[in-house]
Amino acid sequence: MNRFVFLRAQLTSPWFLPVVFGLAGLLVWELGLLVINPDGFVLPRPTEILAELQANWDDIYQASRNTGFIIVSSLAGGVVLGVLAALIVTRFRSANEMITPLAVAVNAIPIVALAPIFNNWLGLTSPRSNQAVVVLLVFFPVFINTARGLTNVDPNQIELMNSLASKPWTIIRRVRIPSALPFFFTALKLVSSLCVVGAIVVEYFGGRQDSLGSKITTYAGFTQYDAAWATVLAGSLIGIVLYALASLAERLAMPWAARAGN
Amino acid sequence: MSSHPNPEAQPAQEAQPFQEQGAVEIVGASKTFLPGSASQVTAITDINLSIASGSFTTFIGPSGCGKSTLLRLVAGLTEATEGTVTVNGKTANQARKDRDYGMAFQTASLFDWRTVRKNIELPLELLGWSRTLRRERADEMLELVQLPEFASSYPRELSGGMQQRVAIARALAFRPTLLLMDEPFGALDEMTREHMQTELLRMWKETDTTIIFITHSIPEAVFLSTQVCVMSPRPGQITAKVDVNLGNRTEETRNNEDFFDYIVQVREALRS
Repeated sequence: MNRFVFLRAQLTSPWFLPVVFGLAGLLVWELGLLVINPDGFVLPRPTEILAELQANWDDIYQASRNTGFIIVSSLAGGVVLGVLAALIVTRFRSANEMITPLAVAVNAIPIVALAPIFNNWLGLTSPRSNQAVVVLLVFFPVFINTARGLTNVDPNQIELMNSLASKPWTIIRRVRIPSALPFFFTALKLVSSLCVVGAIVVEYFGGRQDSLGSKITTYAGFTQYDAAWATVLAGSLIGIVLYALASLAERLAMPWAARAGN
Repeated sequence: MSSHPNPEAQPAQEAQPFQEQGAVEIVGASKTFLPGSASQVTAITDINLSIASGSFTTFIGPSGCGKSTLLRLVAGLTEATEGTVTVNGKTANQARKDRDYGMAFQTASLFDWRTVRKNIELPLELLGWSRTLRRERADEMLELVQLPEFASSYPRELSGGMQQRVAIARALAFRPTLLLMDEPFGALDEMTREHMQTELLRMWKETDTTIIFITHSIPEAVFLSTQVCVMSPRPGQITAKVDVNLGNRTEETRNNEDFFDYIVQVREALRS
């Protein structure tokens, strides 16, 4: 009986199935390649990747720090700018009507493709151009989503605030910002992964030599695919940590959503 | 009917507690949206109405007859194109700035991110009350709407009827003399609705508030009101005022012959 209850608790935990499935996938990957392709040239086995990670730890760790700095600083910058722009645009309706459609259009530009142009402006080996591209990449989803959240408010709630003679800023603070939180966090979780992809791809085109993107191209160029995979793994870890932090922040900032979801 | 058809003659500072003072006086009020443009719409026209302190007045009429517009005029949320609206001896807009009334809507429109208690405290926060006073009053209001055990729940954890009760508690939290309600029970099922009507009448008696209430339901209007104002389709006008004398309402009242007579009276007024 007790064991049954324990088992059911494990099975219904949201972690259980994904973790089991993921471990099973790794096992199939490992054993499958051992049988089919023991030399592992095209696709290395997970254990080989881990071994390479250990062998190149100093290089990959340094590259992760450099790229990680670009990722975190650009993420923070893009989020702050995006939220500020959304607040300004919401406060002044004409600005909203003028800027928001433009932002949606600009967001459709493949911003990563601008990397070589930014390298030209800000220096091929300077991390500034990488940061600029990633800030832009982060800015637009945050701006568009947050602005939508700030305007997508129950009109009766606004009416209620007006009936209590509230000032516009009071309405923004007490109604619009809390209403926008779910939209903001959707964007934050999106860009927390997007900025890792963006930062690494931009490093394929320029920036510091001891960065994740640069390492991946170098290892791949010397056919050290195991090491390239190990570097990709480091990048994934950064992305997973950032996503987890964004989810955690969401839970902390919106306790009501977590409770209602039960 | 108020004894003061001309509120300007009655200076507000002259306190006369024993004399009946109209809580709301509407004189020749009209509202036209987008006047002068091609899409000009006259929502209501030539409304004259006096609402006595402590009364329960209902606006009833077909959809789009301008009931909500009329309520928003009283709330000072929109301005009359013609005529005047006086609330507690002041312009409606001044009354809004002085926070003379509370308001409730068809949707409870509670703030999801605030607990039930914090939702009720919201108007008090805006009025700058201290934390202790707010908490004290919120507890009182929770007793009034009989939801004390839900103080720290979030709105989404409550049923529709309970949410609407919290919305009413929020509207009444700072004890406004006037309560404006725009179809507050419109989205509720019939059972909950009748229960809420009884609850509202109980609170009305306990708090001595003047209530203006919009509804689509004839039985609801008759059961609740002391005065039913029947409105015509656009441009909205008050075509009949029915004074309802049913005394103390109980569940028995719903089976009362007088109750049905009033229903017939209002229905005929709506048809004419």
